[in-house]
Amino acid sequence: MDVLTLLGQMLNTTLVFSTALIFAALGGIFSERSGVVNIGLEGLMMFGAFAAAVGGYYAQDAGYAGMAPWIGVLCAMAVGIIGALIHAVASITFKADQTISGTVINFLAAGSTLYLVKLLFEGAGETPLIDGFYKYKVPLLSEIPVLGPGLFNSYPTTYLAVILVIVVYYLLFKTPFGLRLRAVGEHPSAADTLGVNVNRMRYIGVMLSGMLAGIGGATITLTTTGTFAHNTISGQGFIAIAAMIFGKWNPLGAFGAAVFFGFSQAIRNYVQQFGWSQDIPQEFIYMIPYVLTIIVLVSAVGRSSAPSALGQPYDPSKR
Amino acid sequence: MNKFKKIFATDSYIVPLVAILLGFLVGAIVMLIGGYDPIAAYGALFKRVFGSPYDFGEAIREMTPLMLTGLSVAFAFRSGLFNIGADGQVLIGMTAASLIGIKWAGLPLFLLVPLAVIGAGLCGGLWAGIAGYLKAKRGINEVITTIMLNWIALFLANYIVRTFLLIPGQNRSEDIPASISMTFLNSFFDNARLHWGTFIALAAAVFFYIYLWKTKQGFEMRAVGLNPHAAEYAGMNVGRNVMKSMFIAGVFAGLAGAGEVLGVFHYQAVFAGSPGYGFDGIAVALLGLTHPFGVILAAILYGMLTYGSAGMSFNADVPPELIRIVIGSIIFFIAAQGIVRWVLKPFYFKRKKEKVL
Repeated sequence: MDVLTLLGQMLNTTLVFSTALIFAALGGIFSERSGVVNIGLEGLMMFGAFAAAVGGYYAQDAGYAGMAPWIGVLCAMAVGIIGALIHAVASITFKADQTISGTVINFLAAGSTLYLVKLLFEGAGETPLIDGFYKYKVPLLSEIPVLGPGLFNSYPTTYLAVILVIVVYYLLFKTPFGLRLRAVGEHPSAADTLGVNVNRMRYIGVMLSGMLAGIGGATITLTTTGTFAHNTISGQGFIAIAAMIFGKWNPLGAFGAAVFFGFSQAIRNYVQQFGWSQDIPQEFIYMIPYVLTIIVLVSAVGRSSAPSALGQPYDPSKR
Repeated sequence: MNKFKKIFATDSYIVPLVAILLGFLVGAIVMLIGGYDPIAAYGALFKRVFGSPYDFGEAIREMTPLMLTGLSVAFAFRSGLFNIGADGQVLIGMTAASLIGIKWAGLPLFLLVPLAVIGAGLCGGLWAGIAGYLKAKRGINEVITTIMLNWIALFLANYIVRTFLLIPGQNRSEDIPASISMTFLNSFFDNARLHWGTFIALAAAVFFYIYLWKTKQGFEMRAVGLNPHAAEYAGMNVGRNVMKSMFIAGVFAGLAGAGEVLGVFHYQAVFAGSPGYGFDGIAVALLGLTHPFGVILAAILYGMLTYGSAGMSFNADVPPELIRIVIGSIIFFIAAQGIVRWVLKPFYFKRKKEKVL
């Protein structure tokens, strides 16, 4: 295989792996920008992956084969929002510690999804295999050498993710809604004084994060695995959190970080094709992205720029 | 961290107990919806744990690493750090114990065993210390570094086992001659894999308590956790406390790793993915309200539930995943105490009335 074809393929695989991380990291940004820590992204992705597999299966069963993956995505959004609501009620209304209630989401998701899979499919350990999305070639653009097969022959969800990055950026930094959301995460009492309903904004932020993380989980079942099992989501939610922090809670930065992590997953599949890789133990190649992340963080100037009210429940009676 | 103080100030015993009951209740409701018999299921769970000496011993074996990883997460929490990296620290501890236990097998056992255990603790501590150092010197969020270090630890452990310790053709290390198993209890517990790690865990909890609440260094650490700015203004070295706290947290997790390879398996496997010790540890720490003795109790409960869940699926045909819903609900009710108070309100009301009368 010549180098250019290989490069195109690697680019393509990178995008496949990054898609779920982009969605989930964008979700994390909504939640944390509003001041609510979301360690539950992993669980929310699990809810989404499960809902997509089950929704997609029943839609396919009912004869809507073409629409089935999209119905799966809708189910994932809905279930993601419901999961996030648990987090919101506990951490915003009842002022529970946000880290704890996020961990609760991870537990409830791991428990309830597998419990339901066994209940719905007669004790099976995973959902029946479904077709999922097919790659879509963008006319003309996909003819460009290297970049064409790399970028413009992807799953519809990948295009959606990239578009969403720009939409979220615009929403956060160019609209009144975004300003309010960020204000609530930076200085809730000031925002409150100016008439912003702090808790409502936070509810919206957390629910959006549930929706997006849900879609992120859905893309994994609908493009990669085709089923939902106990190991469908294994750490992607935490990588998404890392991507969000790495990207300094900015959609564009998170996008870059997500692609970086996606690339590191893709490189595993291709590294055997290079001659020099035979001399390096495979584990060291697997380690590269994680080591690089730390090195980049060390050399990057400036401290991490988390929203200043992150993690604090809003209590108007406190100053 | 203020909410933790609040938790201790009021209802410190009643709320967790009610939360546990409510958690079981949620599990029962979920089982009823699914068409299972909750009483038979919970019965099977407890029968599995207490049914035979072997199972009881194995349940204790299950609790031991949970105690140590729970203490690890809780200790870091007390100085304001979120240690998601207990998983990697356990792996590094395991690998250090295996490496020392196999490579220095020529040493007499009374030297080899303590060396392997201490080496595991030290290496786990140093591994966590990387995250502490980066936080202290560079201000890098410990959440992201510990997540990264988990992955690096996984691959590093696999590399070391595969390159230096492997039995050719198998996916595991050679047998480790150093052992901390309590073999003298074998006849008692029907060969359940009990080991000294359980006592190490209990000792660690006592150390945790004395260090944080009875020493000057511990006072500083808690001050840093409650308000780093105030602590710095009072002349405390925040960075040094952060590093020390991560180191000690890592030692706890590393010791958990030593217990698993030296006491339970007596070899180290090549792991396909994260073994998940650290994430259980987070749950245990939260369940135990990040207090050392609370963590021990939480680990006992958590270990009983996870070990018993196998019996639940075997005898009552309930998916064992249900137990995660129960644990999640318990933590939820502990965290969202408003709900528990609301449930308890009628009882409080009654009591007050009686006093008035």
